[in-house]
Amino acid sequence: MRYAMVIDTLKCVGCSDCVVACQTENNVPIGYCRDWITESVSGTYPTLELELKSERCNHCSSAPCVRCCPTGASHIVEGGIVKVTANECIGCGACIESCPYDARYQHPEGHVDKCTFCHHRLEKGQLPACVSVCPTKCMYFGDLDDPTSEVSQLLKSRKHKVLAPEAGTKPNVYYLIK
Amino acid sequence: MVNSRRSFIKISALGASGIALTPLAFSSINESTLSENLLAEGTKNLKRTATYCEVCFWKCAAWAYTDEEGNVKKLVGNENDPHCNGRLCPRGTGGVGMYNDKDRLKTPLIRKTIDGKETFVEASWDEALDLVASKFKGIKKKYGAESLGLLKHGCPGAHFNHLFRSFGSETDAEPAYAQCRGPRETGFALTFGSWVGSPEPTDIRDTKCLVLIGSHIGENMHNSQIQEMSDAIDNGATIITVDPRLSTAASKSDYWLPIKPSTDIALLLAWMHVLIYEDIYDKDYVERYGLGFDELKEHVKDFTPEWAYGITTIKPDQIRKTARAMGAASPAVIIHPGRHVVWYGDDTQRARAMAILNGLLGSWGRRGGFYFKEKIKIPDFPHPPYPEPKWGWKELAAKYPLADMGITTELIRASIPNKDNKYQIKAWMVAGTNLIQSIPDTKLLLEAIDALEFLVVIDTMPMDITGYADVILPECTYLERCDILRSATNREPSIALRVAATTPKYNTKPGSWIAREIGLRLGLDEYYNYENLKEVIEWQLEQLGSSLEEMKKIGVKKFPRKSGSMYITEGEHHEFGTQSGKVEFYSAELEELGFDPMPVYKSHDHPEQGFYRLNYGRSPMHTFSRTINNPNLNDLMDENKLWVNPKVARIEGLKNEQEVWLENQDGVISEFPIKVRVTERIRWDSVYMYHGFGQHNKKLSRAYGKGACDTQLITKISTDPIMGGSAMRGNFVKFITNNPHKDIEV
Ligand code: SF4
Repeated sequence: MRYAMVIDTLKCVGCSDCVVACQTENNVPIGYCRDWITESVSGTYPTLELELKSERCNHCSSAPCVRCCPTGASHIVEGGIVKVTANECIGCGACIESCPYDARYQHPEGHVDKCTFCHHRLEKGQLPACVSVCPTKCMYFGDLDDPTSEVSQLLKSRKHKVLAPEAGTKPNVYYLIK
Repeated sequence: MVNSRRSFIKISALGASGIALTPLAFSSINESTLSENLLAEGTKNLKRTATYCEVCFWKCAAWAYTDEEGNVKKLVGNENDPHCNGRLCPRGTGGVGMYNDKDRLKTPLIRKTIDGKETFVEASWDEALDLVASKFKGIKKKYGAESLGLLKHGCPGAHFNHLFRSFGSETDAEPAYAQCRGPRETGFALTFGSWVGSPEPTDIRDTKCLVLIGSHIGENMHNSQIQEMSDAIDNGATIITVDPRLSTAASKSDYWLPIKPSTDIALLLAWMHVLIYEDIYDKDYVERYGLGFDELKEHVKDFTPEWAYGITTIKPDQIRKTARAMGAASPAVIIHPGRHVVWYGDDTQRARAMAILNGLLGSWGRRGGFYFKEKIKIPDFPHPPYPEPKWGWKELAAKYPLADMGITTELIRASIPNKDNKYQIKAWMVAGTNLIQSIPDTKLLLEAIDALEFLVVIDTMPMDITGYADVILPECTYLERCDILRSATNREPSIALRVAATTPKYNTKPGSWIAREIGLRLGLDEYYNYENLKEVIEWQLEQLGSSLEEMKKIGVKKFPRKSGSMYITEGEHHEFGTQSGKVEFYSAELEELGFDPMPVYKSHDHPEQGFYRLNYGRSPMHTFSRTINNPNLNDLMDENKLWVNPKVARIEGLKNEQEVWLENQDGVISEFPIKVRVTERIRWDSVYMYHGFGQHNKKLSRAYGKGACDTQLITKISTDPIMGGSAMRGNFVKFITNNPHKDIEV
């Protein structure tokens, strides 16, 4: 099983609902976030392109953060989810440095924190909070090892990209594009 | 019986999902049956309570999750609610911040003069309510109850409306009409005989072509509208957006028409011209249901795309192409009526033009166009008839023949003593609306407030308006109170319940309680023939064939339609609600009143050299000024920025993130600076900012002084002569780079 998130940039309006839903679901302290929105504009008025998208930990198949963790607090669980065990984390920050997506932050309690794909919800058969709240329904979640899954089908039929492919991290968050 | 069946379904859903962690399982799981026993990470035993959101007027039904101590932890949309389909918008999800905000109003406050200085003094509820009641009685005795004005918004408005009507005043108004959507209601009513209403009955999910005129869905988070726009994108609908700014919606459109501001009517007329003269309008619909088509055809004869090009700067081939796209999609096309439509003073006529276009395309009452909405009438709890006031909002609005609701600005004018004022207002109650941000022309507003004998404000937060009050009554948030049933117009009628998810924090009280307590002190016992709102709701639900017990479990109840089909069936005889019973392309009613029977383009002012048109709008994370201090939402956006085109930035020597002050055409200077955001997304003749920022109450620790307030800079208002709307888009600003307030700052 390989969990992946597929986000349709043609539908995302950048409203940040995913960010608040994650905060309230995961008790992320105010002032911090596990996911966020980016906006990029190209062209000159009035020939313009605007891309909005929701970003987070890419749960990389080749995760530099896991490799560089001195205590093993950063680890990979079933389905390829990259997790941090808070009480094993010494807060050295090596993983924060190593992540090309800037997906990790130091929690005020000292440990490093980041997106878990809402592992606790998956265990109950629920979608990650961000996916289930999105008013544009632009986020999809599922198993890429299953060729019949919605995410597999979307990647088969639609043009897509990943972020920072040059980093060689094999990210598992995909963006559908025009 | 029903109970055990429900829990049985719940358990089986949990079991099944536990085994199969496949995407298929995800999509087949019904969140609402599952979530009852859910535990958020690190939080045990969450209990869920039915509510509906009060962060904006969409009023999405939701479940509030509270922990064992009664803290509200999260809010999740109700799956069965047509307003949200289980998905709240960011503001709704962040509604917990409204409850958690430490800056909330905490106890009643009374303005007192101590040692020659005016200050707010904490008071008990009895003290504050006694004072309000004695002031109200005094005003009634001296001037009549009519001289008490009510300015309101949202749910609290309903409770105080009943209080005012019972006491003999119908002197009320809300900014949601004259400062927002009034003109479109009048424009569509004149054409189709029906208000657009809220939520808009736009059949976006099934449309083939969605046309947005300055409407920025996706930045305004009118929840089900966004959801359906997303469906429309999935379905390959053509989206056409007319906006001088590359709005989010514009960026998702097949056609973005970057129009010169204030020229929309010219474009709309040219579209009519193409549809009619290229013969691509819905002939059958127009013949069967239309009135005045020949006059319209003659009227738009010369309004060619070439004519419109010179006015709008939109190229003729773009105008033709987009008109043809609409024609091809007809009748599954929507010229969206928009929502905040008070722009240039001829707004009812622009709304008329949009309605007429919909008429030509045959989209009103058609699948993929506009559906016929339906609503359940919630029975009134029995009470004696209201006393008949001698005058009220209707008399105040009399100079606008088609005003259908109170006009705030007229209520404000009648509050400024003037011997020519036939009707005089002496005291206000302001409930749930921050007038300082919702009413333009601050000077006039403050003049009126100054002249009042008494001002009582009811709010949950120390909004700017509270600073002017004589008495402040702190309402608890929507999560801490039971409220009126929400009855919504939609494809299917539905009702939604709001009961308290937790007990009120601090010394705050529900609006319904406050209104009743004042009512009892005014001797209106017979209008409050119940102990509390719960009793009223229980009675109402019983009348509707439901019960409080049932509603607590489901939150939302849908009812079958009674008014027939959502759409006109092929060839059906259909009576529209207009005077003629037809779709009125030509309005005899407007003509009789001395207005243009068909929309005409009239030129509006454009900024002089060195000035830029001040445009403003919504950010998806905030609802006007009321959410800016919400800790969760403030975390997403804590200030607004001034959008400036790179060319303008070069000419004016402005850099990204530089702080500037703005001065408008009347010499009014923004109180606070705003940071420049240099972006190609805005035209060179305009600047743009999000509305709601730049608040000046220091008690709002996060919102105070953050960004600039557009309302403060809107001092030139054109009033719509048809219905009294306050048009705000004719204000121009220039940049000031050195702090103009330096000398007076302490
Ligand atoms: S649209 Fe958003 S803020 Fe408005 S009622 Fe719905 S969830 Fe609340």
